[in-house]
Amino acid sequence: MNEILKKESLSPAVKLMVLNCPFIAEKAQAGQFFILRANELAERIPLTIADYDREQGTITAIFQEMGASTKILGQMEVGDSILDVVGPLGVPSEIEKFDAPVIVVGGGVGIAPIYPVARALKEAGNEVIAVIGARNRELIFWEDKLRAVTDELVICTDDGSYGQKGFVTNAVVDLHTKHGKIACLWAIGPMPMMRAMTNVTRPLGIKTIVSMNPLMMDGTGMCGACRVQVGNETKFACVDGPEFDGHLVDFDLALKRLSIYKNEEKRAIAHMEHQGGGCGCH
Amino acid sequence: MSLKQRADRQAMPCQDAQVRRHNFDEVALGYTEEQAVTEATRCIQCKNPRCKAGCPVEVLIPEFIQAVAERNFAEAARLLKERNALPAICGRVCPQETQCEEKCILGIKGEPVAIGRLERFVADWEMAQPEVKSEAPAAAPKTGYKMAVIGAGPAGLTCAADLAKLGHDVTLFEALHVAGGVLMYGIPEFRLPKAIVAKEIGLLQELGVDIQVNMVAGKTILVRELLQKGYDAVFLGTGAGLPRFMGIPGENLCGVFSANEFLTRTNLMCGYQFPRLNTPVSVGRRVAILGAGNVAMDAARTALRLGAEEVTIVYRRSAKEMPARAEEIEHAHEEGVKFQLLTNPVEIVGDENGWVQSMTCLRYELGEPDASGRRSPVPIPGSEFTIDVDTVIVAIGTDPNPLVTKTTPGLDLNRRGNIVADDDGCTSVPGVFAGGDIVTGAATVILAMGAGKKAAQAMDAYVRNKAAATAQ
Repeated sequence: MNEILKKESLSPAVKLMVLNCPFIAEKAQAGQFFILRANELAERIPLTIADYDREQGTITAIFQEMGASTKILGQMEVGDSILDVVGPLGVPSEIEKFDAPVIVVGGGVGIAPIYPVARALKEAGNEVIAVIGARNRELIFWEDKLRAVTDELVICTDDGSYGQKGFVTNAVVDLHTKHGKIACLWAIGPMPMMRAMTNVTRPLGIKTIVSMNPLMMDGTGMCGACRVQVGNETKFACVDGPEFDGHLVDFDLALKRLSIYKNEEKRAIAHMEHQGGGCGCH
Repeated sequence: MSLKQRADRQAMPCQDAQVRRHNFDEVALGYTEEQAVTEATRCIQCKNPRCKAGCPVEVLIPEFIQAVAERNFAEAARLLKERNALPAICGRVCPQETQCEEKCILGIKGEPVAIGRLERFVADWEMAQPEVKSEAPAAAPKTGYKMAVIGAGPAGLTCAADLAKLGHDVTLFEALHVAGGVLMYGIPEFRLPKAIVAKEIGLLQELGVDIQVNMVAGKTILVRELLQKGYDAVFLGTGAGLPRFMGIPGENLCGVFSANEFLTRTNLMCGYQFPRLNTPVSVGRRVAILGAGNVAMDAARTALRLGAEEVTIVYRRSAKEMPARAEEIEHAHEEGVKFQLLTNPVEIVGDENGWVQSMTCLRYELGEPDASGRRSPVPIPGSEFTIDVDTVIVAIGTDPNPLVTKTTPGLDLNRRGNIVADDDGCTSVPGVFAGGDIVTGAATVILAMGAGKKAAQAMDAYVRNKAAATAQ
């Protein structure tokens, strides 16, 4: 179990892995995530289920090598097995048939998790528009895969090296003007991008769902590390979310909470590099 | 020998408080053979032993103690394990003062026999002698029944062990990556070494219990699917793992943790070994713990060991009402934990970066006894004052996790979200049994084990009666 069946680089920073996880594949739905622990020394980290294949019993993980844990994962190869994989976790996306077009927005590594949402929306009979964005052309991936499950695909790069120049927020404003009405919008990506998107959609009156990515540990509701302030309530992203009404989320607080272990993350990477770049277990 | 000539209750050798507050090694060092034998000879072998009735799993107490007194430790281990699958754990964490030892006849005029310490001695002695493996109880003939146990905490482990001994095929499903529940994530290493928990759980696997980790009931597996897929009965021992927060402003600031998060990072993920192990855990210089139960004491003593300079228990009632065991409170005192009693925070205040800076508190006085019989705390108007802290750990209790109950149609719950089950663990769904904290709310390890034991007997009767009814 948990064997890595396929490994690909989607961009210089983003890697894809297809994992043999039949229990998770059997039940996975759009919007859910899983938690993995690469080896005995690693921590538990949450990743969105970017795709799943019930027949093959596989799930697809997409991650950016940022901290010690994702670097350890990045060093694993096809044939290796991940020590612990648990899921599917979180509440699935609420998919329905809307009376107007819907938009899914993916920023950076967030391009991956919008794929199952777009597919589910399309299967429910919606007109689906995808907007994907990254700093430059090299960081854009899954263009064809997304095109296959959407009616329209808009690509944005900050530097204009591919698609239209500018941020995904600008593209959404244009789409709203063009279509007159947008029933609902999903935004998945770094927190600052999701915050910017909610600031744009609020005056336009577009219902906006964001997928929160706070720190997590168990992912089953037992610790509250992932708590987010939504309206006047404290919610646990792992069991109440990870999707919430973006217009009610306190992003300032969420961004601060992401930095709780900033110093420790640096120490962990320094320790790992000191150990010769490996997982430190040899 | 008359009572007068008997030795005093043997004290438990402990690490020095000033040394141990800086390490995660076990605090209590355990009896030597001589101490154990001396203590065992204090037992007067009552004809009608009241101690046994005080034990939720009905350990053969006078019998095993007699064997210790005769230095027949292997026999003592065998007798102990006849009723208790986890003696090394129970000997360490049971509140014996309100269970077996409370009932000990010697306790009326003097000090009761140290039953817990003797239990621990025997279990540890056996673990230290791999070659003198006490004879495994003769396995019952295979029944062919499949039993699912959900949750590998004390209730589930005990239920699984007893079902396996009865000859059933048992699969134990656990959501985390290791079995043990609160024994692994909650109770700290310095009270209950994880190697001991792992060893005791390993023995269950030798009994034939199949443990499957990373299986979240309500997500990865559903109860009704298990019943459809050929399991004859299911036991729910999922515990009370949902942390409660105060509901005061500032509770989501950086530096505020639930005790569950803080202890899980430290124990289960071995955060105290960071960065060799990857999971970080950090405390500031001044730490406040909200609450005064055993979990609060564990969190306070853990914070000290992680390097905090000042750790304060903040509790709205007085010392008398503190729910923690007297021994744990005493250990915390010895290690330098401070107590700010009759005090409760009304707000946690943060700095411009969103980190905890201080707590605004009110002083309290005690009013009339409440429903639980404890005098209820009443805030004193105008008594606001500020405590400077940089870490706040909330240890005011836990609620049942709704993941399983929400996804099991027909399962009756009470107002608090606990499963409604009778004394044998029967729930409103045929074939589904429950026990431990998910039924009672947060209680003790040994009560959960007692519930697991009773449910195992009820599950055995259930599958046999059902088969008999079908045969007719």
